[in-house]
Amino acid sequence: MPAKIEVGMKRGLPDPAGQSVRGRLAEDLGIRLDDVRVIDVYTIDAGLTPEQLERVRAELFTDPIIQESVVNKSLARDYDFIIEVGFLPGVTDNVGKSSAEGIADTLDRPMKPGEAVYKSTQYALRGALKGAADRPACERIARDALANELIQRWIVKSASEMAGLDGALLLGLPIVTERSDPEVHAINLDIPDAQLAALSRDRMLALELHEMKAIQAYYKDPDVRARRSSAGLPEQPTDIELEILAQTWSEHCKHKIFNAEIKYTDETGKKRTVNSLFKTYVKATTDKVAKQVDWLVSVFHDNAGIIKFDDHWNFALKAETHNSPSALDPYGGAITGIVGVNRDVLGAGMGCRCILNTDVFCFASPFYSGKIPPRLFHPRRVLRGVHQGVKDGGNQSGIPDVNGAIVFHERFLGKPLVFCGTGGLIPAKVAGKPSEEKGACPGDLIVMTGGRIGKDGIHGATFSSEELHEGSPATAVQIGDPITQKKMADFLLEARDLGLFTCIWDDGAGGLSSSVGEMARVSGGAEVHLEKAPLKYAGLAPWEIFLSEAQERMTLSIPPDKIDEFLNLARRRAVEATVLGTFTDSGRLECFYDGRKIASLDMEFLHDGVPKMHLKAVYTPPALEEASLPDKKDLTPDLKAVLGSLNVCSKETFVRMYDHEVLGQSVLKQFQGAQNDGPGDAGVIRPVPESRRGIAIACGICPKYSDIDTYHMMACAIDEAVRNIIAVGGRLGAIAGLDNFCWPDPIQSEKTPDGEHKLAQLVRCAEALHEYCVAYGIPLISGKDSMKNDYKIGDTKISIPPTVLFTAAGIIDDVEKTVSMDVKRPGDIVYAAGAGSLSRFTPNTRRSSRPP
Amino acid sequence: MTVRALVLTGFGINCDAETHSALSRAGAGADRVHLNDIIENPGLLDRYHIFAIPGGFSFGDDVASGKILANRLRYKLGAPLKKFIADGKLVIGICNGFQVMVKMGILPLFDGEFIQEVTLTNNDSARFENRWVNLGVTPGTRCVWLKGIESLELPVRHGEGKFIPRDDAVLKKLYTNGQVALRYCQPDGSPANGQFPANPNGAVDDIAGICDPSGRVFGLMPHPEANTFRTNHPQWTRKQIPQEGAGLQVFRNAVQYCKAT
Repeated sequence: MPAKIEVGMKRGLPDPAGQSVRGRLAEDLGIRLDDVRVIDVYTIDAGLTPEQLERVRAELFTDPIIQESVVNKSLARDYDFIIEVGFLPGVTDNVGKSSAEGIADTLDRPMKPGEAVYKSTQYALRGALKGAADRPACERIARDALANELIQRWIVKSASEMAGLDGALLLGLPIVTERSDPEVHAINLDIPDAQLAALSRDRMLALELHEMKAIQAYYKDPDVRARRSSAGLPEQPTDIELEILAQTWSEHCKHKIFNAEIKYTDETGKKRTVNSLFKTYVKATTDKVAKQVDWLVSVFHDNAGIIKFDDHWNFALKAETHNSPSALDPYGGAITGIVGVNRDVLGAGMGCRCILNTDVFCFASPFYSGKIPPRLFHPRRVLRGVHQGVKDGGNQSGIPDVNGAIVFHERFLGKPLVFCGTGGLIPAKVAGKPSEEKGACPGDLIVMTGGRIGKDGIHGATFSSEELHEGSPATAVQIGDPITQKKMADFLLEARDLGLFTCIWDDGAGGLSSSVGEMARVSGGAEVHLEKAPLKYAGLAPWEIFLSEAQERMTLSIPPDKIDEFLNLARRRAVEATVLGTFTDSGRLECFYDGRKIASLDMEFLHDGVPKMHLKAVYTPPALEEASLPDKKDLTPDLKAVLGSLNVCSKETFVRMYDHEVLGQSVLKQFQGAQNDGPGDAGVIRPVPESRRGIAIACGICPKYSDIDTYHMMACAIDEAVRNIIAVGGRLGAIAGLDNFCWPDPIQSEKTPDGEHKLAQLVRCAEALHEYCVAYGIPLISGKDSMKNDYKIGDTKISIPPTVLFTAAGIIDDVEKTVSMDVKRPGDIVYAAGAGSLSRFTPNTRRSSRPP
Repeated sequence: MTVRALVLTGFGINCDAETHSALSRAGAGADRVHLNDIIENPGLLDRYHIFAIPGGFSFGDDVASGKILANRLRYKLGAPLKKFIADGKLVIGICNGFQVMVKMGILPLFDGEFIQEVTLTNNDSARFENRWVNLGVTPGTRCVWLKGIESLELPVRHGEGKFIPRDDAVLKKLYTNGQVALRYCQPDGSPANGQFPANPNGAVDDIAGICDPSGRVFGLMPHPEANTFRTNHPQWTRKQIPQEGAGLQVFRNAVQYCKAT
């Protein structure tokens, strides 16, 4: 019989959490209540005796100084309605998990399999909402302010209903009872084109017809058929094979648009062919600049780009987007965004320690007053949730936020952009070898560490390769668990220094399929036994086990003679680690379930079989008129309006909630000046206490220019980031760049009739990236593109303005020589540099310096 | 003699690297040690003179900040830690470490027993915030970590830093015993009087840190380990600031104390 413990602030003491909710309801929904009290509810399904329950109530769940609590009773008093919000079955419940550990400690009794604690929250509302007629308003509060129906459930009870319940549980236990079909099915691809397209859509494969046909052709190949038949596999692909191909070939993982052949017609009608934007403009930039700089260590092929910091240390940098998940669940999408990019850096080289985060968000106006299309949230809610997710993810992981931005544009209503970046430090040599060198050897064991596998996270890669539509799956939504990840990261860095593994890889959007698939490229194959994988709950089909994205999970290759030491250290660090199979040189990725072979894919076909896209781009410059400025003497009101506008106003409220200074390396902070409230140009840190060398981090982003010309949008973003670095004391020749493209769908189709134009915008943008970075001598060390940032449901289509975030990292020789942006002293002289001139403005009073 | 300091790690502690670095630069031989290694072998504590519980988000601050780590330390290492203190050794808890200490009752430690007498809870703003504060050392405090220091500027980075004593009697006893070590104040040194942002969280009597009656066991919300270089100070590009950040003296004091005893 499950029991529950309810905990709240003692009567008479203020309840800041409740007050905060009360303020939010008034601000967001216009519902003004007299009082809101928050009550934490712990539902314990562990067969505890009344004495044990009393003990954990008093010793674990209650702060005796300020809180009161009850067992199997209702704590709330003096309210009109109660709303209780809890998680849906299978959703990560971090507090529940920690509570279970706390109970085990308190009672000195480990939790048994099947036992669990579930956390939910009650909101006791008083005032304004009284009678039965107000129930719909309570439902609205729950749906629009307190819960997200994709991951949570709720119940509304009036005070009189509560009286009759006598302390019973309000929400049932969120136990996953749904079981997937454990059978592996063969899927017939000998079907007409229309059915192939439908199959891709219905299974969320996100593959284009020509890609489905390439798979169809592979399975018709007589050699393939012969091999399959001798391996006991069906002629047609198994479900897991098809899912592996879809994940590996997804736009998210393969960047097919950036690798496409593009027939480009410019504004003068001149035609040319661009064979891969990536090779022509991104890689070519780095190749050219690499001849001028000697500090590139590892670019493009690892989880993050790596450059030299000094003779002893290297620096890794990566930025990612998490737009689609953040649209569906702003909090969960954003927290998994930040902890996800942390894992990219943890997985770079032999494993870097994360030392900084950046965050750049793009939203529609939080004051938007129009209708919100189905499945979208109000931008205010998106902003709050995303900010809180990144804040919790970064702060709890102990990684300081050093730079970022919040940008507003009406078309981000369709999809918010959530850019999360991370920098990391790694010794130049690890266990005697260059730390950027890694690779699984045949015979090394495949080991998964960290969080277990659940159904949340299925189709992460394919889902983000599509526009947001009616059928976008709730399973793509996850909640991060920064503490499990922190434990894993601490452990892996310890294991790294002991030389216990040969390769480390993040389980990205495609779960084991993506990490094992990538790592197996070096050894030349892999053999995975999926029944060995630890699951959050029973009932996952084999393909789900292999494909489900998990947060806080990494895959390693471990030589057999190191495995005992590795597993022993994992146990001592309370990190789960499991051997799942072996890397091979068979040339094939093979999966087994209970001893039966269920997948065997040629590595070559898997990684190189995806057909090249052939696309067309036509550039027509928009017809625009130069804006005319009214002839006004007094521009004060206009100046005030600009200063108060969303893109210019201070973001201090949000930024202060990030930890800027953990790790103790801060040199130039986000806010500067006499009152520490003026935004700085770039963040500067001193990551190695023994050295005065530093790293400056800045960003540039200007989507408002895109509708005029994406070439200059890109150029301005690069220029902005570079100027920020130079302004704090960085120098050209010591700056590395990251490009993160977010584009609306640029493929011409019925749903995208202007695809050729959008692709032409992309070509122009990539040209600018190349030209400016080469001119400045900035190598691009990593980057990412997210190409389907559209919303389409019914007749409503919203496409984001083409956007590129340019992140710049400058190595600073001596942090003591960096410069903050504030004016320092009365009488200081102001110079303006630029456009080939250097002019001096003479101050006309001792107190202020004004340009003439 | 080498003063040895143990810096606790694991389960979401995240200021261990800079706490370790600060103690090392203050002259201690410091080691980062995982909690599980001490639980496995509590005798490890005998090798050390200073026990530091750094800041972080132990167990994600789930249930309440510091609570689950506090319970684990109390149940698994209660007796060895009591002995550590009784042996005249030093303990510091910073931010989450301070939260852990008050929740396990290692502070204020009125009568040598681990009993929770005070708490640290949600800031009045109901927000996590990172900002620098001015701190005044309470005249007459017994805190050995603050010897010779009158005021300090340090960053706070917390969402649950509001200090609340059980009742007036506890508060009075803290003052009588010289256990109120550190208080938030205005830049000119006058009391913050609960005013935000000088008092960043609404702490009763602007209290930012307390010690045990011996002055050897110290907990504080602000981060001395995050102000050990001139360039950590937010105004270093504007003002004359000594090369060494003011926070490092806190750790030097501890090392000096151990050397002298």
